[in-house]
This record gives sequence, structure tokens and C-alpha cells, in this order.
Amino acid sequence: METKNAILVKNLSKRFGDFTAVNAITFEVKKGEIFGFLGANGAGKTTAMKMLIGISKPSEGTATVAGFDVKTQSEAVKKSIGYMSQRFTLYDDLTIKENIAFFGGIYGLSNEKIKEKTALLIDELGLHDKASNLVRSLPLGWKQKVAFSVALLHEPKIVFLDEPTGGVDPITRRQFWEMIYREANKGTTIFVTTHYMDEAEYCDRVSIMVEGKIEALDSPKKLKKQFKVDSMNEVFLKLARNIE
Amino acid sequence: MRTIRFLLVKEFKQIFRNKAMLLIIFVLPLIQLLILSNAASYEVKNSKFAIVDLDHSSYSRALIQKFEASSQFDFMGLFSSEKIAKEQMQQGKIDVVLYIPVHFERSFQKEKKGSLLTTINAINGSAAAVENMYVNAILKDFNKTIQVDFMGAEASLQPKQLHIDTLFWFNPELNYKTFMVPGILVLLVTMVALFLAGMNIVREKELGTLEQINVTPIKKHQFIIGKLLPFWIIGMFELAVGLVIARLIFDVPMVGNFGLLFLFASVYLLVILGIGMFISNFTDTQQQAMFLSWFFAVIFILMSGLFTPIESMPAWAQVLTEANPVKYFVEVVRMVMLKGASLLDIMPQLIKLSIYALLINTLAVWSYKKVN
Ligand SMILES: Nc1ncnc2c1ncn2[C@@H]1O[C@H](COP(=O)(O)OP(=O)(O)OP(=O)(O)O)[C@@H](O)[C@H]1O
Ligand SMILES: [Mg+2]
Repeated sequence: METKNAILVKNLSKRFGDFTAVNAITFEVKKGEIFGFLGANGAGKTTAMKMLIGISKPSEGTATVAGFDVKTQSEAVKKSIGYMSQRFTLYDDLTIKENIAFFGGIYGLSNEKIKEKTALLIDELGLHDKASNLVRSLPLGWKQKVAFSVALLHEPKIVFLDEPTGGVDPITRRQFWEMIYREANKGTTIFVTTHYMDEAEYCDRVSIMVEGKIEALDSPKKLKKQFKVDSMNEVFLKLARNIE
Repeated sequence: MRTIRFLLVKEFKQIFRNKAMLLIIFVLPLIQLLILSNAASYEVKNSKFAIVDLDHSSYSRALIQKFEASSQFDFMGLFSSEKIAKEQMQQGKIDVVLYIPVHFERSFQKEKKGSLLTTINAINGSAAAVENMYVNAILKDFNKTIQVDFMGAEASLQPKQLHIDTLFWFNPELNYKTFMVPGILVLLVTMVALFLAGMNIVREKELGTLEQINVTPIKKHQFIIGKLLPFWIIGMFELAVGLVIARLIFDVPMVGNFGLLFLFASVYLLVILGIGMFISNFTDTQQQAMFLSWFFAVIFILMSGLFTPIESMPAWAQVLTEANPVKYFVEVVRMVMLKGASLLDIMPQLIKLSIYALLINTLAVWSYKKVN
């Protein structure tokens, strides 16, 4: 069954004990869209994302990712998605090449495919002289770029990026977003969280989460109009203040 | 299969790149084997020994001579009364006293039996047990000499070893290294497997790389095999190296079949690795995993029969040891190495351990959650 939606979420909740981290969120993400998933620290972004990628069981509600139910078909979901965690999760004590080979292998890529992808990735990132260095020795910005590329190795339909540019300098951030655009142009759906409001402007649509609930969802342009401000930053501050 | 190979390659690369890990896996256990094997001995040397002889007969003199000649005891002298001997023991000047009662020789000759009394300072219980064993050995020997006197040549034809106490079977020279080294080897293999496997997985939890693996379509069993197999291989390797050392340095006899030992070890390691995996599934930090592993390691080791005989534990504790995999391996290692046990001999342990391996690994796979 073909649908226009890459992600479809209905009343999705996650509770830890009697604390509700994600409170009945509902939204959909269209195929090929760059969807910005915004929210302050502790708003519940990571928790929501973990439910969507099939490593956390929803307490309530349903979510369909790439056409598969995250509750009952989580392994099928995993084949169709890439994920870049908020924490850096490549192996520090392996080289760039070895990380690529490992994750490629786990996703079931053939040896030729792994070789091909490795060459391509190193070329694109201009890492020829660093490819055999331990990942540990790379600057953070490079690590993040490599991690993004590794998340794309198996050519997923949807990538989930949890604060991919956290702690990275502005130039590298810009380069990172260029990579995101390039991937989106290939038709990949991008689901990305960020704390940088300038990055929010790059998204096709954004949702803003406050204390587990989605309080606003639209294109940056429409949101600015709706809140009668000039920047996403002000939208964000206005929303946060309203809640307080 | 291919997925597992990728996991193995990654794991071995990481291990061989980590200098501290190499040290922990390959050097520390060997140092431990060398130190513990020399230190952990039941042997009791230089026990201070005294005799109270109230008989003053030729028999009692022969007996005194035997004890004087013994290398296990330092003969401290003859005391004229029980009272003096008691005082001396109280002051810690002697450890063992043998009382030879009056008419010892006479009753021996008339009724063909004689009674003696030994008093042993048992503040250190295990040393006392050993000293008691030494005393009995000397008395047995004495008994034999007297029988020879009585019955002449006929009796002396009997092969000597028939009279050796059962405790000395399969270890005729009473070499404690022979007894201890195989057991200590078991401990080292156990520790390496139990700690490394569990800690390795929890470390990936801490780093967040486990989460990254959980978002891949990898199957649970692939992951678990990929995680445990490296340590299974290391465990087997360590056993092999340990055996070589036992043979070359400690001269431990290898009566039995190496193949049998490795067959058993292969199942045994599955149990230990399964326990390590199980622990890692219920802990979030390496500290927690370390603590829990220690908890089990200490119980397993102290109740393995290596340092305290299982027969001397209270009944409830003996029942508990049935669930102790280390116990089975200690038993089997000794059976195979020292007695040359056959597959049939170790079958009961092998079957129990196989069931154990199946159960614990099923539990480990079941409790490993890709989804939280
Ligand atoms: N396993 C857990 N058990 C209990 N509470 C949790 C758990 N995971 C997250 N929380 C809580 O849920 C809330 C949302 O956390 P979450 O990590 O999803 O926020 P976030 O929006 O990603 O924040 P940040 O921008 O800091 O990454 C927080 O209050 C957090 O403490
Ligand atoms: Mg987060």
C-alpha cells in the first residue's frame, strides 16, 4: 500500500512510571520531507524518536514508519531507517574504514557494496588521509559527518537525526546541512531534531514540542506568520513563555 | 553467519587494540596462576609436635622414633605429663600432642589392639585436619611395621600402597600443587569469561553503541553469539596455555584425555558466558555489572570445593552447590587430569552442565531486549 506519508503518528505516548515524557503526540511526515522536530531540553524529542525507530515501546498510541507498525513490525522498520543518535555512537577504537565495514556488514551489504560505499564516502568527505585513523582522533565535526554517512550506508528511506550538529562549529554545521539537503534531494525523508533555530529555518516543516506535547506544527514561514514574528527563534521563545 | 563474522572481527580488533585488555586477558591470569599455585596449598609444614609417653615400652619408643623421623613435624620433645603438654599447647608452643597411655604395648600384644590419643590445636581448622592426616599416616605406617613383626615374611609381601590412606589416592606424593593447579586454572578461565563478557556488553550500553546496534535489523541470537564467541575462544585459549604451564612448570600429571577436558570446558564456558550475558542484561553500568559478577564469582569459587571440601559443608549448602557450575568443572578437571577419567565417568557432570548451558543461554537471549 503506497501512501504519501513516511511517518504517521497517532496519540503516541510514553510514560516512565507516572511521568509522561511524551504526551499523546499526533503528526505525519511526508515522503522526501525535511521535518524539524524541535523542543527545549527534556521536551521529549529523543524519547519520541526512540519509539519511532523501534527501540522503545510506546505506552499508548500508534506509529507507522515506512509503512510498518513500530509496535508489531519493529524489525521491518529498522531495515528502512537510518539513525544517528544524540550521542556519538561509532566505535572510537576502530578506524573510519572499519566502522563503515562493520555497520555495512551488520546491515547485510555485500563485500563489493561495502568497498564501493567506503570509497564513495571517503571521497565525498575528503577523508583520504584519515580513513585508516581511529575515529577517536577525529574532530567532533568530522565524527558527526562520518556518523551521518554511516547511518545512510544501507540507503534507508528515512533517516532520524537526533541533534546531529550539537556542539559543532557554524561552518561544519553549514556543511552538514548541505549533506542533509543532498540526501533529501535523493528522495530520503529526514527527521531531525535541533536546538539551533537557524537550522529550523532550513526545514520544510517543523513541530515544536513542549513538555511532551506538540504545541505547534507547520512550515517555518507559516509559523512565523501565525506568531507574528520574524524568526523561528522568536516563535520558539513565544511558545515556551506561553506555557510558563 | 556473515553478520556474526563481522561482529567477531570487530570484537577481536577492539580487544587486540586495547593494551589494558590484553594485559587483563593474557598476563594477569598467568601471574595469578603462578602465584596462587605456589601459595594456595593445603600443605602444613613445621607443625610443632610433642609426645607424652606414659608406657615407656619398646613399642612406644619405636613410635616416638617414627615421629621424630617424620619430615612434616618438628619434634619438640617428650613431656612427662598431660598437664605440661596442655600448658605448652595453651601457650602456642606446640600444635600436636600424641599421648601413649600406660600398658600400650601390653594391650597391643594381648588383645591385638591399642589405643592412642592425639590432641591438635584446631584454631586453624584446615591445618588441624591436615595434621591429623599426617598423624594417621604415620600411625598406619607404624601399625604395618608391627604387623610385620607379628606375622613375619608373609605379610611383608603385601603391596605397600594398599595401606595408604584414601586421601592420598591419585596423588601419592601428597603434592598439593598437583591438587590445586587444575582447580586454580578453572578459576582463572571462569573469571576471564564471566567478567569480560558481561562487562563488554555493558560497556557498549554505556557508550550508546549498543543502541546503535539495536536499530539495525540484527537478530538477537546473532548479536549474542557475536558477543560471546570471542570470549569463548579466549577462554579455551587460556585453558590451553594454563595446561601447558601446569605441565611444564608445576609438573602436574596429565593422566587423562585432553580432548575430554576441552569438550567439557567448551560446555562449561557456555554456562559462564551465559551468566555474564544475563548479568549484563540487568545492569546499566560497568560498575553494577562488576559488582554482580563479583557476587556470583565469590560464591561460586568458595563453594566450588576447591578451597573447602563440599562434603564438610552443611547440608543446605551442599544442595546449593548443585547449581554451581564451577564445582562441576573443578571436579571434572581433577578427575580427568589426575585420575584419567573417561567420558563415561564425567557424563553426569557433562549432562548437568549441558542442561545448565541451555537454560541460562535461553534466559539470556530472552532477557536481552532490543526494545525497551
Ligand atoms: N529511561 C527513562 N526513564 C525515566 N525518565 C526518562 C527516561 N528517558 C527520558 N526520561 C525523561 O523524559 C524526559 C524527556 O527526555 P528526552 O531525552 O526525550 O528529552 P529531549 O527532548 O530529547 O531533551 P534534549 O534536548 O536534552 O535531548 C526528560 O525529563 C527525561 O528525564
Ligand atoms: Mg534528546
